[in-house]
Amino acid sequence: MTGPERYPNDAVGGLPTPPRTVEDAEERQIRLRADDGTESDREALRAMYEAFDPADRAQGIPPSRPSQLEDWLDRILEEGCYNVFAFDGDDVIGHVTLVPENGTESPYELAIFVLQSHQGAGIGTALIETALGYGAEQGITKVWLTVERWNRAAVGLYEKIGFETTDAESFELEMAIRLDAQTESTG
Amino acid sequence: MKVLLGIGGSDDSIRALERVVDRAAAVGDELTIAIVENPRSPRSRDAVAERAREELDAAGIDAEIRQVDGDPGSELVDMAEREEFDEIALGGGQTSPMGKINVGSIAEFVLLNAHTTVKLVR
Repeated sequence: MTGPERYPNDAVGGLPTPPRTVEDAEERQIRLRADDGTESDREALRAMYEAFDPADRAQGIPPSRPSQLEDWLDRILEEGCYNVFAFDGDDVIGHVTLVPENGTESPYELAIFVLQSHQGAGIGTALIETALGYGAEQGITKVWLTVERWNRAAVGLYEKIGFETTDAESFELEMAIRLDAQTESTG
Repeated sequence: MKVLLGIGGSDDSIRALERVVDRAAAVGDELTIAIVENPRSPRSRDAVAERAREELDAAGIDAEIRQVDGDPGSELVDMAEREEFDEIALGGGQTSPMGKINVGSIAEFVLLNAHTTVKLVR
């Protein structure tokens, strides 16, 4: 499947870019930075998903079987994808991935996961904004996602950032955002 | 078992076609294939019908192929009840670029409204 047929008219700009450090609601210092493409970043990401509560999976991802998780990591860490990690110390505790539909000129699909131990502390908002800022810096202008309709907390968060609902026909809401091409770093 | 397979031409519906035809051949299900309107399908309805015929021929079984007009979900549910099918089979959802499963509106309507068993094929 591909993304929305239309995107919001108004572009969102002025987003922060990585690397940056934010303090969460529990006064933890959370470092947000882009994937550096090293094996150790991949291992840190895998460790986060191995610790992930299956109840927080969404629409089949992250896959729980080790071999399928490995395939999925291959897919989202491919050339042309953009990934931003949230670190608490040396541990990855949050992750946003941006995956192109069909080449780097096409719209990007976004997903975010935050480890249970770090949910509800404002990390998700900072992480998505920073990942979108990073995407805009790389020249991405169209981003979309799907979210389970009953996940009100997530839908509210996406709306606050500037996503608009583009399809409400199915179990999953489809939402989209248009980004201002961003050249200056604000982080 | 009397099985009603609903397909609109999306990739997951083609996968459902292959699997349901194989199973019908293996266990002797009495199969009817309903080709429904799916505006988002990349294939024409004629192409879908032809594909269904090829699958049936390859499996060496016969089944009625019916073109169904009107709202796909409600037509499938009505047909299943009127003609006393035991099961409605449908594609189990499309996969997004990053691998998220998205269940379509036809499957959602059938799941919520059918009184028969519904099978989503992955």
